[in-house]
Amino acid sequence: MKAKLLAFRRSLTALIIGFLASAVLILCVGESPRHILQIFLNGAGGSAYDFGLTLYYAVPLVLTGLAVSIGLKTRLFNIGVEGQLTVGALAAALAGIVGPDSAPWNRLLGFGAALLAGGLWGALLGYLRARRRAHEVVAGIMLNFIAYGLTSWIALNFFKNPESQNPETMSIPTGARIPSFTFFQSAPVSWVLIIAPFAALCVWAYYRWTRAGFAMEAVGSNPEAARYAGISIATQQFWALTLGGMLSGLVGFIEVYGNTGKFVVGFSPGYGFMGVAVALVGRLNPLGILGAALLFAGLHKGSLDLDFETEWLTRDFAQILQAILILFMSCSNLIPASWQLRIEVLKRRLHGNRD
Amino acid sequence: MASIRFRLLVICMMFGFGGVLPLRAAPKLKVGLVLDKGGKDDKSFNTAAFVGMEKAGKDLSVETKYVESTDDNAFEPLLRSFAKKDYDLIVAIGFSQAEAIRKIAAQFPQKKFAIVDAEVKLPNVRSLMFEEHQGSYLAGALAALKSKNGKVGFIGGMDIPLIRRFLLGYEAGAKAITPNIKIVTNFVGITGDAWNNPPKAKELALAQYQAGTDVIYLAAGASNMGAFDAAEEKKALAIGCDSNQNRIKPGFVLTSMVKRVDVAVYQTIKDTTENKFTAGTVRFGLQNDGVDLAYDDNNAKLVDPKQKAKIAQLKKDIIDGKIKVPDYYETKR
Repeated sequence: MKAKLLAFRRSLTALIIGFLASAVLILCVGESPRHILQIFLNGAGGSAYDFGLTLYYAVPLVLTGLAVSIGLKTRLFNIGVEGQLTVGALAAALAGIVGPDSAPWNRLLGFGAALLAGGLWGALLGYLRARRRAHEVVAGIMLNFIAYGLTSWIALNFFKNPESQNPETMSIPTGARIPSFTFFQSAPVSWVLIIAPFAALCVWAYYRWTRAGFAMEAVGSNPEAARYAGISIATQQFWALTLGGMLSGLVGFIEVYGNTGKFVVGFSPGYGFMGVAVALVGRLNPLGILGAALLFAGLHKGSLDLDFETEWLTRDFAQILQAILILFMSCSNLIPASWQLRIEVLKRRLHGNRD
Repeated sequence: MASIRFRLLVICMMFGFGGVLPLRAAPKLKVGLVLDKGGKDDKSFNTAAFVGMEKAGKDLSVETKYVESTDDNAFEPLLRSFAKKDYDLIVAIGFSQAEAIRKIAAQFPQKKFAIVDAEVKLPNVRSLMFEEHQGSYLAGALAALKSKNGKVGFIGGMDIPLIRRFLLGYEAGAKAITPNIKIVTNFVGITGDAWNNPPKAKELALAQYQAGTDVIYLAAGASNMGAFDAAEEKKALAIGCDSNQNRIKPGFVLTSMVKRVDVAVYQTIKDTTENKFTAGTVRFGLQNDGVDLAYDDNNAKLVDPKQKAKIAQLKKDIIDGKIKVPDYYETKR
């Protein structure tokens, strides 16, 4: 418990230092940090619509963040999330197109297809890593390319939307699409977004209460000890990547059923890669990932408004701010556990030098 | 001394920036422009739109603001942000924004919208359509006139009906000059990335030149740049597209099939300032200089007067209706 509290305090300190550093940068380019903060707050939560979009961006980030974090639990860097969610989205769209007209069954089929397809793509990576000893980063990146090419080919050669010049598939039945709440105006917020906190809860419960989850954590914290205790590292790694794939696949389901109603080639603005940052900033903790995803979603949404509200700052600048935050958060371990102790040590060293 | 100079510099800068800020109280028309993924510096399609808006900003004393979209998800929030603020006219560049415009324009019926390259039938939307096939016909004719090997090429960006329309016109034009001419066709890709993949376009162009093609018509957005490099390397000819690209590699760019997106955008803004904004489709073809081939100093040596006269004749025939250029939108639907 104490260790967790310390981790939380360190993250918070790092975040604050990151914000201060961003403020300095903003001053350097001749803007007022207060103004920029206002733009971000307004952009991310100024109205029901803005807040809805932030929520909508946050949900995929929660899922991809969780997917990456499960990999990192077993010391694997799952960079294949982007491909897994692409495959999941295509599977959801195809299931929706060929599926039954009855809305509940159609949705269930789409959900299952996304889960399965993402999981299979993750399992493929898991197999290559655990059984064939391929490096998961190289294999993951390559699988991303394959997923991208394969899904584009299937979508555009067999299920292309004939009414549009956009690279996209036909639509799933209108009735099967999940209607958005009117409260958020036209932001695509519907009950499907519940998946994200629910998934976080499931992952938390998995670590906390199941034997498999414990085994996975054991592999991550000390592989040698885990092996000695009779846990197969390879099996745990395989399942970590498969579960990650399933979670990523759900991003596709949400995109297709909760927003566009079809598979659009290149729909993801890099959710999979942002997931890495979310997982790291959230310190692999499901609760932390929820918070981190909201933060990054807010930055993403707020960055759209940066273009509008300032004379010469563009959204590239928002990316710089994001990068600064990630940088500070990822080296938050450098922050001393106790400042008093640290100062004592420094003092002693100083005196030692004098003597 | 240095500090005084520095202060002067700071003061100058403040005035400089001050000029950008709206200081005058008179209510100006506010125009928002949402560019496609190529961005304002693609030296082609989006650049043309940006130039049109800048010109309007200078000439017509309207306030302008542009934003670039980095992904498909961003179109809707960007258009919406413009509409929610006090912008009067919002211009969307590219067919990818059609759906977003349809949605946002319906939500903001009191605002005016315009979209290039897509038809959106709403009472507050003007669709700016170009007769690309007519301009491409002339490009094809000129390519055939210049070709020594009887083989010309085409490199399209994304394989979509819009670019097929370019191709069909180009083929018709080339065949009108040399009936048995060979036309080699390649597309950079099938996704939006195809507009922004110069290395692939270069490879395709090199392969085409190697196979004996001597003129290639490029309709691939920012990917064109790679193909121009290939033309320079192989000392061969290429035809640019959308903006006037003659000066990118002088001597190797035979001409450019300009699509006057700048004129369309400028005209729409001008109409709005004069309260003459109308919804519906406005077509830009050869007859109103919406599409044309570009001649300037950079390609003066490449096109001789006889060839120029021939092209002018064809242009006149198309305008007069003597030549009917096949339109992919009509034939293949």
